[in-house]
Amino acid sequence: MSAPREIILSTTPADEEIADLRLGDVVYLDGLMYTAREGVYMRALEEKANIPMELPSQSAANFHCSPAARINPDGSFDMGAVTATASFRFAKWLPEWMAKTGAKLIVGKGGMTSKDYKEYFVPNGAVYLSTVGYGTGALLGRGVENVEAVHWNEELGLAQAMWVLKCNRMGPFIVASDMYGDCLFERENAKIAKNVARVYEGTRPATLKRYGESDDRTDEVI
Amino acid sequence: MIPINLIQSTAETLMDKAAIEIPQDYLDGLQEAARTEDGDLSSFVLKAMLENYEAAKEDRRAMCGDTGVPRWFVKMGNEAQVEGGMVALEAALRRATANATNGVPLRPNRVHPLWRTDHNNNVGIGAPEIEYGYEPEGAWVDLITVHKGGLFGSDYRMLFPSDGIQGIKRFYLDSLMAFGKRGLACQPAIIGIGLGGSKDICMTLGKRASTLRIVGSRNSDPEIAKMEDEFKELGNSIGMGAMGFVGKNMVIDCNIEVGYCHTGGMPMSVHAFCLSSRRAVARIHADGQVEHRTDPDWFTDYQRRETIDWEPMREAAE
Repeated sequence: MSAPREIILSTTPADEEIADLRLGDVVYLDGLMYTAREGVYMRALEEKANIPMELPSQSAANFHCSPAARINPDGSFDMGAVTATASFRFAKWLPEWMAKTGAKLIVGKGGMTSKDYKEYFVPNGAVYLSTVGYGTGALLGRGVENVEAVHWNEELGLAQAMWVLKCNRMGPFIVASDMYGDCLFERENAKIAKNVARVYEGTRPATLKRYGESDDRTDEVI
Repeated sequence: MIPINLIQSTAETLMDKAAIEIPQDYLDGLQEAARTEDGDLSSFVLKAMLENYEAAKEDRRAMCGDTGVPRWFVKMGNEAQVEGGMVALEAALRRATANATNGVPLRPNRVHPLWRTDHNNNVGIGAPEIEYGYEPEGAWVDLITVHKGGLFGSDYRMLFPSDGIQGIKRFYLDSLMAFGKRGLACQPAIIGIGLGGSKDICMTLGKRASTLRIVGSRNSDPEIAKMEDEFKELGNSIGMGAMGFVGKNMVIDCNIEVGYCHTGGMPMSVHAFCLSSRRAVARIHADGQVEHRTDPDWFTDYQRRETIDWEPMREAAE
C-alpha cells in the first residue's frame, strides 16, 4: 500500500502546475477560494447580477459548499466546519460559469463525468478536486484562516451565499480529474465492476418493476 | 415534574454533542475498518476521517460542514411529567434547535421545499421532526437527537412474498451500488433496513434501524440477527469502500427492523447513516438528574411487542 503524493497548490495556479496533477494526488490549497452553488449560479448567470469579485485574478477556485457558519451581530463571521455538496447537479451551469470566471479548480463532492471533463474542463485548463470522506469538515475548517467576505447573503441566505475564504494549507482534497479529462471515480468504478456479477449471483429481480427500469412509458410495470 | 428549562438546556447540550462528537460505537467500527482496509485510496480516506473526528473534538467544531437535518426522538416512561406539558416540550426542542444552529454553529439546512425560504435556524414547517415513544415504567424522559445527513443512500420499494430473501438482497445491493459510487452515501455507513409496516412506517423502521441502533447491536429475533451479519458481509464483499474507491469497507454495520405488513406485500426500505453518524442521548430523571449516553436504546422488547397487552411478568415466566 502506497501513500498518495501530497501537493500544495495556489488557488490561482499556473497552467503547468495544473498539468502536473495526477489522479489520486492529495492537494492542500493556499489563497482565496469562493463558494458558489445553485444560488450563486442562478443569480450570476440567469439573473445576470454582477459578480462581486475580480475573477479569476483573486481566485480561480470554486468550492461547491455551504459552510456551518454564522454572521455575528457586529458583522464578523464565525466559521465552524466546511464540507462540499455533490457537484453533478451543477453541470447545467458550470460551462458558462467557467467561461465567465476563468475558474481552474472546481472543488466539491463526487466529481463530474469524464464527458463533462472532456467537454469543458480540459478546454478551460481546469481540473476537479474532491473533498475527502465525506467529509473532513473540521480539518477543512481549520484550513480557513479568515472569512474575507460574504456576498449575497441577503439575497440568497447563509447556505447559498458566496463565501470568500482565505485558505491556509486547506485540505485534504483529492485530484479527481486531469488534463486528459480522465475521471478518478470512473477508473475506480471500472475496477469494481468486475466483481458485480459475482456479488449479485442468485439474487432475484423485483416482481414489480418501476419506470426507470423501463424508459418506455407505454410499458406496464408488472 | 421535569422543569422545562432543564429540557431546553439539555437539548442544547445534545445538539452540540451530536454535531461534534462521533459516537464511540461508530468510532470503534471505523477504527476496525481502517485497520483492515487495504485499498490505497480508501485507506487514506478512513485515516483522514479519524483525524477529522479528533480535530472536531479539539476545536469544538462540527465534524462535517453539512450538519444534516436535526430531529428529535422523545421516549418517556409511563409516569413522566413535563412542566407545561407536551406543547411546552415541543417549543423547548424547537428553541434548542434554533439556538444551537447559531451557537455551534450548524449549517442552516432547512428550507421550504418550493420557496426555498431559510429561517437560518433549522426550524420551519414540520422541522425539526419530533417523534415519540413510551415505555411501561419510569418517570424519566429520554431526549434523542439525530442530525442525519445526505440526500443519497435511501430508497423504498414494494416487494412481495414471492420476491423472498433473494429479492431483499437484490434491492439492498442495488441501493449500495447506486449510492456507494463516488461515495454519495458517505460510506462506510450504518445501513438500516426496514421490512414491513405500511409504506410510511417501512421508511420509518429503516431510518430508525440506521440511526437509533448502535454498531454491534443485534435484533432480538435470532434469525433476523443472522441476516444482519450476512448482509453486513455481503455489502462489504462488493469491493467498494469509502468514496466508492476500491476497498472492503462499505457497511460498518447492518441493522434490520421489522413491522407487520399487508398479507400480500413485503415493503422494504434502505437507509445509510454516514461517516458523521450524529446522534446524542440524555435521560432526564424526575429529580432533575441528567445522564448522557450515545445509545438511544429505542428498540426495547416493548417497542417490538407482538401482543395486544403488555404482560412482561407472564412472558418472563414462560
